[in-house]
Amino acid sequence: MRVLSERSVSPGDKPIITLEGVTKRFPGVVANDAVNLEIRPSEVHVLLGENGAGKSTLIGMLSGLQQPDEGRILIDGEVRAITSPRNALALGIGTVFQHTMLVPTLTVAENLLLGAPWWQRPRKESLRTEVEALSKSLGMQVDLDAVASDLSLGEQQFVEIMRALLRNSRMVILDESTSMLTPSGIEELGALMRRLVERGLAIVFITHKLREAAAFGDRISVLKLGRKVGEITPERFQALHEDDLVTEIVDMMFGKRSDDPENGKRAGTTIAEDAKTVLAVDGVNLPATQTSPGLHNISFDVREGELLGIAGIDGNGQKQLAEVLAGQISGASGKIVLDGRNVESLSVGGRRDAGLRYLTDDRLGEGTVGTFPVSMNFLLKEVGKPPLWNKGFEKTSDIEKHAERLIAEYDVRTPRGHTPVGRLSGGNIQKVVLARELAEGARLVIFNKPTYGLDLANTLAIRQRILDIAAEGKGVLLISTDLEELLGLCDRIAVMAEGKLVGMVNNGENARTEIGRLMIGLEE
Amino acid sequence: MSAHTATTNAATDIDASHAKQARKAFLKRIAMTLGPILIALVIAGLLLLAFGINPLTYYSYVIDRGLFSPSGVQQTLTRMAPLLFIAAGLIVAFRAGIWNLGADGQFLLGAVTAAAAAPYLADFLPVWLAVVLAFLLATLIAVAWSLVPALLRAYQGINEIITTLMMTFLGTSFANVMVKLVFLDPSTTVPQTRTLPVTDRLPRLFDTTITSGLVFALVAIIAVHLMMTRTAFGLKLRIVGANPRAAVHSGLGVPLLTVAVFAISAGLCGMGGAIDILGVQGNVRANWNPAYALMVVPMVFLARFNGFASIAFVLLLSVMQIGGESAARRLGVPNVFTLLLVSIVLIVLAIAEYIDHRHNNSVKA
Amino acid sequence: MSDLFTNVFLSALLFGAVTAAVPLLLAGLGEQMSEKSGVLNIGIEGMMLMGAYTGFLGAYLTNSLWFGFLTGAVGGLLVSCIMVILCVRHGLNQIVIGIGLTLGCEGLTALLHHFQFSRTYPRLPAADPTVIPILSDIPVIGPAFFKQHLLVYIAVLLVFVATFIYRRTQLGLNLQAAGDKPAALDVSGVDVFRTRAFAVLATGTLAGLGGAYMANIGAGIFVPFITNGAGFLGIVLAMLARGRPVWVLIGAMVFGICLSLTTALQVAGINIPTDLIQMIPFLAVMAMLIMFGRRSTLPAALGIPYERGAR
Repeated sequence: MRVLSERSVSPGDKPIITLEGVTKRFPGVVANDAVNLEIRPSEVHVLLGENGAGKSTLIGMLSGLQQPDEGRILIDGEVRAITSPRNALALGIGTVFQHTMLVPTLTVAENLLLGAPWWQRPRKESLRTEVEALSKSLGMQVDLDAVASDLSLGEQQFVEIMRALLRNSRMVILDESTSMLTPSGIEELGALMRRLVERGLAIVFITHKLREAAAFGDRISVLKLGRKVGEITPERFQALHEDDLVTEIVDMMFGKRSDDPENGKRAGTTIAEDAKTVLAVDGVNLPATQTSPGLHNISFDVREGELLGIAGIDGNGQKQLAEVLAGQISGASGKIVLDGRNVESLSVGGRRDAGLRYLTDDRLGEGTVGTFPVSMNFLLKEVGKPPLWNKGFEKTSDIEKHAERLIAEYDVRTPRGHTPVGRLSGGNIQKVVLARELAEGARLVIFNKPTYGLDLANTLAIRQRILDIAAEGKGVLLISTDLEELLGLCDRIAVMAEGKLVGMVNNGENARTEIGRLMIGLEE
Repeated sequence: MSAHTATTNAATDIDASHAKQARKAFLKRIAMTLGPILIALVIAGLLLLAFGINPLTYYSYVIDRGLFSPSGVQQTLTRMAPLLFIAAGLIVAFRAGIWNLGADGQFLLGAVTAAAAAPYLADFLPVWLAVVLAFLLATLIAVAWSLVPALLRAYQGINEIITTLMMTFLGTSFANVMVKLVFLDPSTTVPQTRTLPVTDRLPRLFDTTITSGLVFALVAIIAVHLMMTRTAFGLKLRIVGANPRAAVHSGLGVPLLTVAVFAISAGLCGMGGAIDILGVQGNVRANWNPAYALMVVPMVFLARFNGFASIAFVLLLSVMQIGGESAARRLGVPNVFTLLLVSIVLIVLAIAEYIDHRHNNSVKA
Repeated sequence: MSDLFTNVFLSALLFGAVTAAVPLLLAGLGEQMSEKSGVLNIGIEGMMLMGAYTGFLGAYLTNSLWFGFLTGAVGGLLVSCIMVILCVRHGLNQIVIGIGLTLGCEGLTALLHHFQFSRTYPRLPAADPTVIPILSDIPVIGPAFFKQHLLVYIAVLLVFVATFIYRRTQLGLNLQAAGDKPAALDVSGVDVFRTRAFAVLATGTLAGLGGAYMANIGAGIFVPFITNGAGFLGIVLAMLARGRPVWVLIGAMVFGICLSLTTALQVAGINIPTDLIQMIPFLAVMAMLIMFGRRSTLPAALGIPYERGAR
């Protein structure tokens, strides 16, 4: 275990919370693996990591929503269990979750009042004075009578910070609080955090943006794949020049570790200059919504045999792009040309028939029907089509044979074709989806986070499959939040941020740094 | 190649274990169905005991009268006809994830339409044609009745539970209005529709009193079962029911399928009403509402939306109803006891499935 | 026609409307609370029926209407306990359990009544109305609205109590949060299960009271299936009222007038089928839904069991 340096910013700042070897598992995933962490007062402790690094699970345990499987949590030096959100609040831990936790139909005041004893009348007047005092000292205004759903995301977030402070929290967790803020909103939040730590509070600031971490943090812990891979103490923080700091953190976040899956690098494949364009996307727009940034003037093309990667932090419009291309959401404008043919007016089925295939990242939520047998999930998008259906009647034995063939071909580990697909492991479900999408006539395949949550063996198998598809002369669009994966597989990599393509990088020596910098917003 | 033999060995192992698993799964399913029934029989039996009635006497009497006496079994099989149609209608809806709680209204409107149309048409058409047309008309009216909740659900996302519930109240009243005002038989003082003569009704089977409607009902429910399990259309409906997002992802036209589900479901319930009138009742009396659907819902659940299993459970329900009616006269236990029994079975089944589900999850994790 | 609408007739009509409306009002208010907190309570018909039976029994055995109301409320409460354990605590399907409870109460109450009273249907003595001085002397309205049983006034008062709870208490905030965003309530440190359990128990109590009123005051007698869909009407009222108790009151009165009109016209010897009038409120409601139907009328989490930290 790493011994923390004995810094003394303020006298006797013993950690409020200490995590010792905390491990949390979900079926098939180790979300947190023996994480050690100390949260001290008067300090902004940044948790930095990509998606899937285990940040949210860690917060879940600190806020009482989840319980660790192993390890222990010390509060003020004593071993305690944080049994419920109520318990967490009583211990002085306030959390501002990534997804807003305000009741949309209640006013700001009512939201702030939630949690008082049920028999009481809401103390609106005393709340008003408290909020006014707090607003003044924090330099921010909030309309107590506004209905929560009418507020902007930034305003909602401020209300939640206010809520944590009104509960006399000693420690405030801010989960990806900047992801929905405007640049000036981010600056304001940074200033606010500074004022809060000056009052002696501890702030845990979760982000995936390096620049924010460097700008607002006192101490940085870097998480990767559920493990803590490094920590920068306040002393080093102050000692290092910003550029060196950035380099060091980029190494921690994106650097290869010895136990990373070793991929066959896609080296030496050159796409012929005159290779035919399979997919041309021109000026695709989609209005932003409450939960997504929309799409803004997206244009790119994919040639035969080419693997185009889309990099970016989750939630920057990648899923919307895939769904617009597949025809799953309406309301988009722009041109989508597949093999020289405009497909934007075609239905989902029509585009599939034309050769456009989409492997969703939500394998169980929308990619498959969990209670249906594997054999049917192979055919979810071909229901009723000959030769497996004869005038609408299914040919059961043919469907079974078809399933058996695909099970063998794609090495799906399942007892039989009858097994409900929901019983399989994530990797095998992905193989089922893969087999379905690669069926007869595929021209361009969109992969959305194809190896997310899979074990090593399956990850490698899926990646090999992706390479094979490109080798067959089909086009591949690979959306991933895993930079290693993109660097290992793609010819070119586009970077997406807030619904825009912010850059296109040819895979090569410097690609990692370039993309890394684009992703965390250092270059725009 | 050793790898090759290894895989074939593995394959035979898988085959063997698969057969074993399938048997185990089947046995478990039987246990999960019969278990709750037995538990419910015991609980209800204890209640009977509390009322001073020997449950064994009661149960054996019900079975004897509902299943083993010649007249009883004929009544039971006749009663099954409308119930099976309703069950078929509910299976389509529930499998597609639509809570059609308006089956009683649809049933009654079908019944009234058939009762009004058949004698009228028989005046100038061959009887067989009149009966067929009345049946079709009844189906059509029931389908039309379901259009409002269907469209509201498909295009506005309005919860179908409340709308179908309201439409069933409305339908019941509307059916009565039609009987009392429009289709009233002037030749009797009792408010009822004209009566289809016994000779014009659906033929009885062989030398029994069993209606041939039973045959149609069996055909209907088996057809529904095959449609849901064997056809592309049924598969699409099941996809919509099991995972609407997957349906969108797969490019299915969910709203249109939703309307189709309502139409088929209501149509079958309407057929149930028509078959009861054309085969057995011959007319509709004012304020007649057997409220079959609320009883059939639990049966369909017990059968896990399987058509063949539903036939068995509807038989059981009929036996309990017919036998229970006899027992009411002889043993003084009102036939509402059946309601209680059905309810206990349903609740025990829900609990059993929950425990099983929890158990599976804990094993998995 | 003109001599039909005499004061006496109108007064009787309105009196009957109030009598018919009170059980609907109580059921609707109860269901509204469940739905607000995110629980679709289809078992309310059964809870009413149980309340009608235990309420009647209590009143019959002790000769006290008020004791009857108490036992009625307890009857409904007991049935709702099953719903709390199965659906709120353990997240079982609310529709399946709701239908099961309704069927079970239909069967059980009819059976209990049968073994208790065989084929006799004992009547309770007519209840003494609470006459409100001065107001009860107003023509037409006075006898209809101000010579009612005390429970009627209490029921109307409950509308304002419910409004007060929803608008002015922490409990009201908790209920709404539990139905609209249970996770937000949970992270605020309030137990979602307890909040929903409270709502369902309150529903059972109110429905039981409504059933008891139906048997003890409305009919003066218990007969099997006496509620005859009143609980389901309560569900409809609650869903249409969009969380506002006053609308439940208005809706209940509209239904009550229609129900009362049917009997009144029969008494007056006018030959309009009662069903035609009973259709009016449903027609109005369906027309409203078709014209103004929108998704946002129901709590977002209605019918969905809450699971903490569900991923």
